[in-house]
Amino acid sequence: MNFLARFAQNRGALIGLIILMSIILMAILAPLIFPESPWRMVQRPFLPPLEQEGFLLGTDTMGRNVASGLMHGAWVSLLIGLVSTTVALAIGVPLGAIAGYYGGLIDDALMRFTEFFQTIPNFALAIVLVAIMQPSVTSIVLAIALVSWPPVARLVRAEFMSLRHREYVEAARLVGQGDLTIILRQILPNTLSPIIVLASLMVATAILLESALSFLGLGDPNVMSWGYMIGAARTVIRQAWWLSFFPGVAILLTVLSLNLVGEGLDDALNPKLARERQ
Amino acid sequence: MLYARLIASRLFKAVIVLFMIIILNFFLIQLAPGDPAAILAGEAGATDEAFLRQLRERFGLDQPLYVQLWRYVSGVATLDFGYSYRQQMPVLDLILARLPATLLLTGTAFVLSLVLGIVAGSLAAARVKKPSGSLIMALALLFYATPLFWVALMSVVVFSVYLDWLPAYGLYTVGAGHTGLALVLDVGKHLILPATTLALFFMAIYTRMTRASMLEASQQDFVKTARAKGLKNSVIQRRHILRNALLPIITLAGLQAGQMVGGAILTETVFAWPGIGRLMFEALQQRDYNLLLGIFFFSAALVIVFNIITDLVYRLADPRIKEGS
Repeated sequence: MNFLARFAQNRGALIGLIILMSIILMAILAPLIFPESPWRMVQRPFLPPLEQEGFLLGTDTMGRNVASGLMHGAWVSLLIGLVSTTVALAIGVPLGAIAGYYGGLIDDALMRFTEFFQTIPNFALAIVLVAIMQPSVTSIVLAIALVSWPPVARLVRAEFMSLRHREYVEAARLVGQGDLTIILRQILPNTLSPIIVLASLMVATAILLESALSFLGLGDPNVMSWGYMIGAARTVIRQAWWLSFFPGVAILLTVLSLNLVGEGLDDALNPKLARERQ
Repeated sequence: MLYARLIASRLFKAVIVLFMIIILNFFLIQLAPGDPAAILAGEAGATDEAFLRQLRERFGLDQPLYVQLWRYVSGVATLDFGYSYRQQMPVLDLILARLPATLLLTGTAFVLSLVLGIVAGSLAAARVKKPSGSLIMALALLFYATPLFWVALMSVVVFSVYLDWLPAYGLYTVGAGHTGLALVLDVGKHLILPATTLALFFMAIYTRMTRASMLEASQQDFVKTARAKGLKNSVIQRRHILRNALLPIITLAGLQAGQMVGGAILTETVFAWPGIGRLMFEALQQRDYNLLLGIFFFSAALVIVFNIITDLVYRLADPRIKEGS
């Protein structure tokens, strides 16, 4: 059975993929459907949903179109989720690879360092980092990456430790390949599937973290994001529940779909494990 | 004797971690925009130059960096976290005043999520491959993916605004003047929404963990032996599988402590719960970096204490773990 067929066997993963595709489509279509900035005031404030044509989801406290903010926000969430996960991988993979490959003192030192970052409450650290670097897309991405790399390092280290004495690695060493070549060309390709699964779940967590940061007022003031929309509507929740409701559903669906896709990838990439689990 | 040595070694590790956090804090202050003196004064931007110079001397900011670092570390070591000029109080006093509310909230949420998570997870494990088991797991995934602050807001809309069953804000009814049992009941009523909200996310984690752990335990030989002896399935589930499956959950619960702090910041912000999470939000809005870093240090210390406790509980619960392993 090939990869796609195994993935398609998991019904949840298929549903997740469809939801995720629609959200990506939302992000791509946002500038076409709503060419105006989502920050522009276009109608009277507090317009309830379904009341006026062209304002399907109503307007917010400043008369901005909620539907427009929702679609533009999709772009921001996905972008920050993807980029911060990439940065976290760029930190975690080399650290884990070096620790697992060399072992000994280097491993000890790197693992103490990783444990230190795992002990610190990660959301609190992210808040402090963004507050001090000043809120911007860059600082948010950096903060999320800095708090989410430890699981990557641990996973890659464990994989490297179990693979470093395999026969094909010893063979590569015998023919005179250097450490760097062995790490990059022999071992790393064999650790890719668990890294991919973890990365898909990390994108979901990153999106949750970003929304929580913007909810607290630490979002980039220049980009419309779902967390910001909920945070800005928090004080008027009694008068206008829909302002917080729709962005929240958007976050929920995105995070849910990424988790479902991640589980599907896990089943598809590790067919043996999946069968044992059944 | 064994535990004394264990505690000593864990405390030693904890001190090192806290020391590293102090150093991290020190460099974060250096990173902050503007004059460190202005930050320590809680005033970014326009402040009297003479006042700033006076501050710089008082905090030793005119000294070389390593002297500053030494002063900062020895300050925190004597529990001097500086002064919050915004709130006109020492940072330590502010944090200690807010700590009980946070402990009440996180403690309640922790117990609630652990109990409900273990019950739901063992039900799901006993009903594996049945629709009811799948339903539990689908719900757990749903709670896991829902942003905590959004659940908090929606529960305010439903239970406080629409149904008018529960209070949405604060720790107790201001001005009601409740005392004794009436006060306890009042606080309890205010606690329901924040604690349940905070517990939902962790309940999802414990549910998934319990189920996985129980399914793994059910593969082991002693379960086969129990079945061969003809014990009832419910007895095997409870006495053989669940008991062995609980151990990894204790470890996991310790690892969740850091997440719990993050959850508390969001829940307390929404429900105006007067704990250190809400204090962090206030510090954030006022750009009170000194207070912010003090809370950050304190929350890390809380997590470490909790980790040590779970580690000890784990060793007490499992006599197979001997010293050194």
